[in-house]
Amino acid sequence: MSVVRGAIFSFFMRLFRKRRARIGIYGPPNAGKTTLANRILQTFADGGEIGEVTEIPHETRRAIRREGITIEAKSGKKRAKLRIDIVDTPGLATKIDFKDFIPFGLSEEEAKRRAKEATQGVIEAIKWLDDIDGVVLVFDATENPYTQTNIVIVGNMEARGIPLIIAANKIDLPEASPQRIKNAFPQHTVVPISALKGENMEALYEEMARKFR
Amino acid sequence: MKIEVDLISEDKVKSMGVAEKLRFILDAVKMGKIVVLEGGLTAEEQMKLIEFTMQQIDEDFTGIEISGYPSKRGIFRRKTRLTIVGPASMMKTIKKDKDWISAVISASSSA
Repeated sequence: MSVVRGAIFSFFMRLFRKRRARIGIYGPPNAGKTTLANRILQTFADGGEIGEVTEIPHETRRAIRREGITIEAKSGKKRAKLRIDIVDTPGLATKIDFKDFIPFGLSEEEAKRRAKEATQGVIEAIKWLDDIDGVVLVFDATENPYTQTNIVIVGNMEARGIPLIIAANKIDLPEASPQRIKNAFPQHTVVPISALKGENMEALYEEMARKFR
Repeated sequence: MKIEVDLISEDKVKSMGVAEKLRFILDAVKMGKIVVLEGGLTAEEQMKLIEFTMQQIDEDFTGIEISGYPSKRGIFRRKTRLTIVGPASMMKTIKKDKDWISAVISASSSA
């Protein structure tokens, strides 16, 4: 009888236990999404990389999920733990021209194949929005953030009620202006970081622990 | 070479369902037209348009340039005021803020 009671108890615990939050890393191409994902893995997981980082746009052309990452960060006077799955997504864009890849040394055939994969990657990133619980939106702080693609991404998160943190990346570069991003999207938390150099990452982790619980 | 601009009234935009609206826009843009929608597209519709666009991209059609005034806060929280869509090969937004859009539209294949 106690076995039956235990089985029923376990069933109800599984039913009502919240699954790990799936946090998507979104943003335009080359903003540093994969660099950020790699930084998080190096800090909190067994190292390794979620994906390759290059100068060529649309390097990430498939959404890649890493499960069970435990983020530890300050929360008030204590340390908080947040267990999540991270989804690194392809950069969102409204146009993809295979000719743009050729200056990076790709042949025409390779460039066309990359362009095709990139379009499929954008579609996959959009579809993942249906399965995401929170978003870290990565913007390149050296670029004008007020593009229509960025506005559409933010608008979609708001429409879906998905908790959102904006990471103003590349603050290691002299032309970076996180304030420009804050001015463009004042309704959202903007955390300036350098995912490449690891600058101000603790502030991002604190905000993630606070917002994605 | 002439550039055709279609200005679509808010009433016409509202009379179309989402799929019909997006198909209308994409068909026009693929023909080299600039489409201006009074009332515009919501953020969800624009994301759907991006998805449809990605399905259509090939060597001849490289995608779209889209720009719009952001939503105003109010009863209709996410109402977009105006959206302009054109072929990426012909149109490029050069300036954009809350109340101003400047774009260059080129009749040749590179904007």
